[in-house]
Parts: sequence; structure tokens; C-alpha cells
Amino acid sequence: MTTHTLSVLVENKPGVLAHVAGLFSRRAFNISSLAVGPTQDDQVSRMTIVVDGASTPVGQVTEQLNKLVRVLKVAEMHEDAAVERELALVKVRADPATRSQVLEVAAVFHAEIIDMSPATLVLEATSSPGKLDALLAMLEPYGVCELVRTGRVALARGAGSITDRSLAAVPASAS
Amino acid sequence: MQLTGAQALVRSLEHQGVDVVFGLPGGAILPAYDPLLSSSLRHILVRHEQGAGHAAEGYAWATGRVGVCIATSGPGATNLVTALADAYMDSVPMVAITGQVPSALIGTDAFQEADITGITLPVTKHNELVTDADRIPAAIAEAFHVASTGRPGPVLVDLPKDILQAPMSWGSWPPAMELPGYQVPGPPDPEQIRAAAALLHQARRPVLYVGGGVIKADAHAELRQLAELARAPVTTTLMARGAFPDSHPLALGMPGMHGCYTAVAALQEADLVVALGARFDDRVTGRLADFAPRAKVVHVDIDPAEIGKNRTPDVPIIGDVRTVIAGMTRELAELVSSGGPPDTGGWTAAVDQWKQQFPLRYTQDADGPLKPQHVIERLSALTGGDAIVVSGVGQHQMHAAQHFSFTKPRSWINSGGLGTMGFAVPAAMGAQVGRPGDLVVAIDGDGCFQMTAQELATCAIEKLPIKVLIMNNGFLGMVRQWQELFYDERYSYVELGTAIPDYVKLAEAYGCVGLRCERADDVDAVLDKALAVTDVPTVVDFRVHDREGVFPMVPAGRPNDEIVLGPEFSADEQRAATRREVMAP
Repeated sequence: MTTHTLSVLVENKPGVLAHVAGLFSRRAFNISSLAVGPTQDDQVSRMTIVVDGASTPVGQVTEQLNKLVRVLKVAEMHEDAAVERELALVKVRADPATRSQVLEVAAVFHAEIIDMSPATLVLEATSSPGKLDALLAMLEPYGVCELVRTGRVALARGAGSITDRSLAAVPASAS
Repeated sequence: MQLTGAQALVRSLEHQGVDVVFGLPGGAILPAYDPLLSSSLRHILVRHEQGAGHAAEGYAWATGRVGVCIATSGPGATNLVTALADAYMDSVPMVAITGQVPSALIGTDAFQEADITGITLPVTKHNELVTDADRIPAAIAEAFHVASTGRPGPVLVDLPKDILQAPMSWGSWPPAMELPGYQVPGPPDPEQIRAAAALLHQARRPVLYVGGGVIKADAHAELRQLAELARAPVTTTLMARGAFPDSHPLALGMPGMHGCYTAVAALQEADLVVALGARFDDRVTGRLADFAPRAKVVHVDIDPAEIGKNRTPDVPIIGDVRTVIAGMTRELAELVSSGGPPDTGGWTAAVDQWKQQFPLRYTQDADGPLKPQHVIERLSALTGGDAIVVSGVGQHQMHAAQHFSFTKPRSWINSGGLGTMGFAVPAAMGAQVGRPGDLVVAIDGDGCFQMTAQELATCAIEKLPIKVLIMNNGFLGMVRQWQELFYDERYSYVELGTAIPDYVKLAEAYGCVGLRCERADDVDAVLDKALAVTDVPTVVDFRVHDREGVFPMVPAGRPNDEIVLGPEFSADEQRAATRREVMAP
């Protein structure tokens, strides 16, 4: 699946998430993942939206997002020019017989053990989405009881910033 | 200065230059109605909030200014939704103001509570629930700015009752706007304009495909200059009727599903299509993959999201269509002065021959049933095209768009994108309010008319002398036509009956003049009578033929090359129409 990662800066106001989500639903765009959180500017939130490029025209998504008044900036994060991370918490079956094998898998993937019970372990893994999928594939045979993923977040590499241009734009003046 | 939120609202509307609002009060919006009583604003009390919404649209279409409607919370607000969706689809500048339950009650399922900002998210250009009385002036200023700039559209401002009652400090006008994410496209790219002009200069079979954006940008004068310089035929979409005079030799009429044969064929055969403020809607393109298959495309639009949405252009130009057309004309003039005029003589001759061969055709027998096309042609002739024609949605709408000869912009108002039955009467009301000196004629269907006829009361009381010509065929005519053509003549629940209600009595009950016409011979006399009424609305019940269809027709989802001329043409003519010789490039 070809995915595209969009970073979307939005005004930190009520209803903005609904507006963006509503746009995707009414235009029949498919979201693979969506992560939202605050930024260094408390007026601005940042969404990282992963869309399925096969079913969704990414250029059209960008143009439509740009039309939303509360959206400040949309930028596509290109895989080779951006760092992308996703966090997962995995509760996996691990009895005394299999525990050491699970721990070995965790070590290989640099996943931390953050909880333990006689029958389970909880792993915390942060990595690129592909690597996370590989970890989950390795854990699957032991029995994944529960899984939660944050959705992808991304930043462009290098010194530049997504806010360089857009937020410096002159605010609209009264007409 | 200390004001209440409600006073600030009314004052903001006054400062914004609003002269009229269409509305209907209720509990949550009551605080706003108190200062309204002593303001300079004219308030038109509608009978249903949907009427207020469409009236605001009609006002905006007719004047080019922002239409304003106002309603209370809950059902008042939800009754505006259809009009908002209509305005969104047709890019009509409009501001809707709604009351909301007091802040503390929001989310509690309070009496007459509806999440109207949530409900209208997908059908507004922008909306806002105001949570601070001090923000009211900026919220209103922003609403008008967003509604009227760029690609116009509806904006809704939701005002909780306690915010309207709260004290606020009024500063100076205009207030500072906070719209960091809202940008109107800047000047168009001169390189692209040059490229478009070069294509127009080289084209042998050009068509200017003109959409509603040309009317909204007031670019009709520039359009005419460009068309004449480029010697390019012009087709005006349903949204753009009147942007180019139908009497002009280069006019092709309307394209699309019920377009003129010449317009449809010209687009199919063109080597260059210049789309000006048009959006390649499915009703224009037919099956998209087969639309204008031989043409390079120049696409001019103020909305970047429209460029390439349906058809990928060879030359995309983002910007104000009036500026772009003027620029293209300048560039083309230079090319013409050095390289001579575009060589389109063969093309315009071919187009003229299609016009002769395959015109809009219907038959009005002197003693036969009355045809709606005849009524519309007589209206066009008797008024000399000097009227604002408003329509609902369906057969009468298509007949009006086809057979009325439009001479100027803002003389045709209809519901294009959403296709809202019931649009005509309230939109005509709004148009008449906006242009009190002009003749406003609603051409309506009997089905449409019954959806919003209650606004006749408003029109009568406000002394708005609109004419409502009902093309009464006793059916949901367009639906009937589809059942005839595509559902084996199984007429499933489309018959309304011609006699109930008695439209003449209904008109009289509403304080209007009611007339009836059943024969072709009487049409002129009845129209004269209707046009002579100047103090109250007039409703005319034209009993028209119930079997009359709208043709030509491209069946939905089919290629435009499969255009059906209809029963007025012979099989030979139909064959000739669909087996065009493609002109050599």
C-alpha cells in the first residue's frame, strides 16, 4: 500500500478535529492513521494524517484541507526527507516457558518492557511504521492479547520548519 | 462603549453595510431581535426559515452582495440547512446567523438545541460557535469576509443566548480579523496566461466553457472581448446563463445533459476548451472519460481544489477569472497584431451549421395542448429578455434555461448544484428585495411551487410584485420523464394532479393576483395581464402538456456523444447528429 504522510497545522480551537475528519468522510478519502497534539505554539495543533494513496487523490486532499479556514498549513512528508515514528503498546502472552523468547524479540527491536504479570508482558516500542509491523509479526505466534498504536507522527529532516512560511503570512485585514 | 452582544451583532451588521435581513425569530435569538427593531436594517419576516435562506441566496445572486438570513436555535437553524447546502454548492455568498441555547445548556439536549455548527460543517464554507460576546464584531466581519472573497460561499455564525445578552466592549470598526489560515489566491501566473493566449491563438476549434464564476467575478464584459478577439464560440453553463448574450453570433447556448446540441457537439469536437470559472460538473461532462476527447484544456478557477479535480488541465490558472480573462485578452491582442487573427472560420461555420440543423425544437399546435417552451419563449419575447428569471428544479428549469434568451448577467437565478425543489418563490422574493425596480419572474413547477409557496404571504405583505409562472403539468415532470425513458414507463408515485390545489384560489388566499391559462392563444394576453400588476405578487397557473419532455438529453453517466435529440427529430436527423464528421485539425 502506498501511503502519504501529511502534516497539518491547525488552529487550536474547538471543532477543528471534527472539521478535518468530516472533510475526509464527505469526500470519501481514506485515513490510515491520524495523530493530533499540541505544538510549541499553544495556538496551534499539529495533525499527522496518513492517507492511502491508492484510493485517495493526495493532491485533492491537500487542496481541500487548505480550503478549511482553521487549517494553517498542509505539507506532505516525503519518506526519504522526513523522520517518521509510531509508538505501540503490546500486551503479549508470556508464560515462564516463552518469556525469555519474547524478551529476546523485544531486545532485538529495542522495545522496552513496561509491565509484567505471570502470564503477560507489556512492550513499548517506538519506531518507524515498517519496523513496528515486523515486531508485531514476531510477537503474533506468542499471542497478542491487546495492541494500541498511536498513529504515525513525522517531522521533516534538516534545519527547515513547516512553519517557516505559512505562519509568517500576513493576517487578512478587514475589508 | 458598553453594549450587549445583541447590540454588537446588529451594529456589526450595520457597519458591514447590510441593508436587509431575512428571518424569523424564536426563543434563543430573541435578544438580537430587540435591537433589530430600532436599527437601520430592514427585516423581512418569512413564513419558514428555508424561505429566509433561499431569499438570502436570491438577493445575493441578483445583487452580487452577501445575503443575510437569521433564525433561532434548533428547528429554526435546521430549517436553514437546505439553503446553506444550496449556497455551498452554487458558491453563493451568504451569512446565516442563528441563535443557540445558553452556553451552560449546550450539550444537555436543552429545549430547541441543535448542534448547528456540527450539522452544517460539510455544507458551509466556514462556521463558528461564538463563545465570547467581545468576539461578536470580529466573528461577523470574518463571516462576511470569508463569504464574499475567493470562491464565495455560506458562513454560519451561531450565537448562544447568554452571549447575546452579555455585556461587551465595542471597539472601533472594522475589528481586527483573526483568519491566519484563510488565504485568497493572489494574482494569476502571467506565464500561464501567456500560455493560454498562445493556445487560443493557435486553436482551430476553440470553445470557451463559461461557468458561474464569470458572473460572480463580474467578468461578462471582459469575456465578450476575449471571445470576439479569439473568434471562439462560447457556451454558458446552467450557472452562467446571461454571462454572454444568447443573441451573440458566437453564443452556443447551454452545454450538458439538457444542453443545446451545438454546445454539446462543439465541446466534443473542440481542440481547445478554455474553462472559465466552471468545474467540469457531471451534468456538463457526461461520462468524464469521453468528455471533449480531442481538446487541450485551459482551466481558470479561483479555487485551487477545482483545478484537476475532474479533468487534468494542460494549462491551470488559479486566480480571479476577470483578471485572467483581461490578461488573456491583452496577450492574445499582441499575438493577433503580429500573427493575425485566430483561424477559426471553418469552425464557426461548422458550428453555425449545427445551430441551423439541430436547434432546440418543440411543436406548439394552435389547438393542441399548451407547451411550457411556448410560454417561456413568449415571456422572453414580451420582456425582451429584460427580466430576472428565477427557477426551481426540474423540467421547467431546463426549459427556462434553454428557451429564455438571456441578454445580461444576474438575470438568471436557479439552484444548480444541489437541485433544490422549492427554490424559486423565496429566491425570487430575495431578488425582488435586492432589485426593487426590476421585473422578477419565477418560472416554477407545480411540484416545486408547493414546497415553499407559503412565502407568497411574505411577498404580498411586503408588496413584492414577483410573478410566479407555474408550469403545471400535474406531475413531478422530470422524474416522470426518467421513468418514461429508463423505467419502462412505470410511473411510480409522480402524479400530483393539476387541480389540487386550485392555484388561482391559493394565490388569492395569499393576497396575490391569481390567473390561469390553458391555451396557446391566451398566453400573451395572460402574460400581459400578469406583467401589468405592480403592487402584489401574481401567480399564473399554466396548464401545460403533461407528456412534454426535456430534450436534447444525454442519459446520466453516458458519453456526451450519445446525445438524444428527442421526438421532434427524425431517425435520419438523429443519425446525422451522432455521426459527425470530425473536422481535420
